Amino acid sequence: MSTVTTKPKLKTSAMIASFADPGQKTTSAPFGHALVKAAEADSRIVGLTADLGKYTDMHIFAKAFPERFFQMGMAEQLLFGAAAGMAETGLIPFASTYSVFAARRAYDFLCLDIAEPNLNVNIIGGLPGLTTGYGPSHQATEDMAIFRGMPNLTIVDPCDSVDIEQAVPQLAASDGPTYLRLLRGNVPTVLDEYDYKFELGKAKVLRGGNDVVFVSSGLMTMRALQAADALAKHNVDVAVVHTPTIKPFDSATVLAELNTDRLAVTLENHTVVGGLFETVASAVVTAGLGKRVVPIALPDQFLDAGALPTLHERYGLSVDRIVAKVLAELG
Amino acid sequence: MTLSSVETAAAVAAPEPERIDRIRAAAYRIRHYALTMGEVQGQGYVGQALGAADMLAAVYADQLSYRADDPHWEGRDRFLLSTGHYAIGHYAALAEAGIVPVAELETYGSDDSRLPMSGMSTYTPGMEISGGSLGHGLTIAVGMALGLRLQSSASRVINFLSDGELDEGSTWEAAMGAHHHQLGNLTAMVDINALQADGATDTVLRTEPVTEKWESFGWYTQRVDGNDVGALLAAFDNIAARRAVAGTSASGQPSVILCDTKVGRGVPLLETREKAHFMRIEEHEWQICREQLTAGYEGTASA
Repeated sequence: MSTVTTKPKLKTSAMIASFADPGQKTTSAPFGHALVKAAEADSRIVGLTADLGKYTDMHIFAKAFPERFFQMGMAEQLLFGAAAGMAETGLIPFASTYSVFAARRAYDFLCLDIAEPNLNVNIIGGLPGLTTGYGPSHQATEDMAIFRGMPNLTIVDPCDSVDIEQAVPQLAASDGPTYLRLLRGNVPTVLDEYDYKFELGKAKVLRGGNDVVFVSSGLMTMRALQAADALAKHNVDVAVVHTPTIKPFDSATVLAELNTDRLAVTLENHTVVGGLFETVASAVVTAGLGKRVVPIALPDQFLDAGALPTLHERYGLSVDRIVAKVLAELG
Repeated sequence: MTLSSVETAAAVAAPEPERIDRIRAAAYRIRHYALTMGEVQGQGYVGQALGAADMLAAVYADQLSYRADDPHWEGRDRFLLSTGHYAIGHYAALAEAGIVPVAELETYGSDDSRLPMSGMSTYTPGMEISGGSLGHGLTIAVGMALGLRLQSSASRVINFLSDGELDEGSTWEAAMGAHHHQLGNLTAMVDINALQADGATDTVLRTEPVTEKWESFGWYTQRVDGNDVGALLAAFDNIAARRAVAGTSASGQPSVILCDTKVGRGVPLLETREKAHFMRIEEHEWQICREQLTAGYEGTASA
């Protein structure tokens, strides 16, 4: 028997990998359970998927409401065309696939069949940004950039299980189409520690701080909060503003926080092109603030395959990299 | 057990002559309306509208349940025009159905008209979807058929598509989906005019054998002369008979009617003109077109 101990080898994250930290509080399949709850209250809600029910937590809904679940096969154009058709008959579809397929493969169907007639179809995109180590075929690093140009579409980038649980009934209740950047599996539960409620279209100040202001969305709000704690040990006082709705963007709340002398940093699980940073930047320029904004985002390149912790470290999304960047900015 | 098309055809009586005459008259008026609209713009998809007029007449004058004064009536059958550029023919059919006033047809393609060149649901009463980006209609039709069935609606969904749309992979995604979900309340009509934007279909992307393709995708498939009203009505009757046999009319095989049509049908001047996706018609020719259409119709109607 060998007694040699080696450092655990980080493996390429599977599609179902969680980005939760070891020991972190998580909630299982928050989207699936929230959809079941919403469907119990509203008989118009139906679920569809394109051969990714198990990987988008739609299987929870399928089990609870088999007659209201529709398997469309690995056919994303059909998935979203059919979701439009169902909405035309008065139903409220939630249609799930991976973000890459929704954004890259079925764009025309989302745009013309769902967004143009402004139908209440809710697009559920798994593996947003860098949440898989499978490489560019699965990493939807530019999904928000693609979708922000689509009129009528509401874009939601939730932080954790709390956001998802609270967002689902609001997505169902809101007119017009929505796109949810799904976090699935064992999803971190973070925002229950704060005096916070998800409100569609609203940004929320999670914590105040005198030196730096973070504006973040998605899982990067979790990292922003962790980084803020870490920076406190360096005597840097950081505020965190969470902007789960990317479009329509709550410019008023964000600009009020940016219009100070604090270092402004955006944090997003998305390419630096066309996502949260540019949303904030355009709001700042439009308002004539003349304020410098530092982006923390994925680079404008196709990313490597590998283990998620490795990749988050490599591309600057880890807490350590955030802390280092902020300290460097503060000189 | 499934009925073969031959067995079903034998079991269903041929359409009555009066019924055929009524639909032919509707098709004749639809063709005139299309010429009226074409003249407004001086060009357009008149050839396609003339070719598809018999299909549209069979649908609107014989098959669809609708309320002309309430285009959103919940109990209506849904007719989805996937080929947005055929809107000129569809508007003509909507006028024939009383959903769009005949007098409004002359606004076709003009600024602020409810009748844009490419059909859009957000513009026109009775227009269920915004076609135009080809290969969408059948996917939406699948969802509508699923949604109606889930809500215990007796309404049917009829999707009009073109042979050019058979190039699109999404059409076949939808064809598989409709069979998988056994959408007996869904009928597709494929206008096979053998013409696409860049030329004849068999030179652009070969779609034949079309019948075998649909059969292999699990659809109840009939191929008819799409300019033969009697054949079109018989095809619809065969579908109705099969649905009656199935008992549960919203489930079972989806149906497709493959309709071979002639671009410019009913107007010899255009039937013989070099086939073009976007047909140019000289100013002085519109009256000739109308006269030829009327002469042809009256010649056969009185026979």
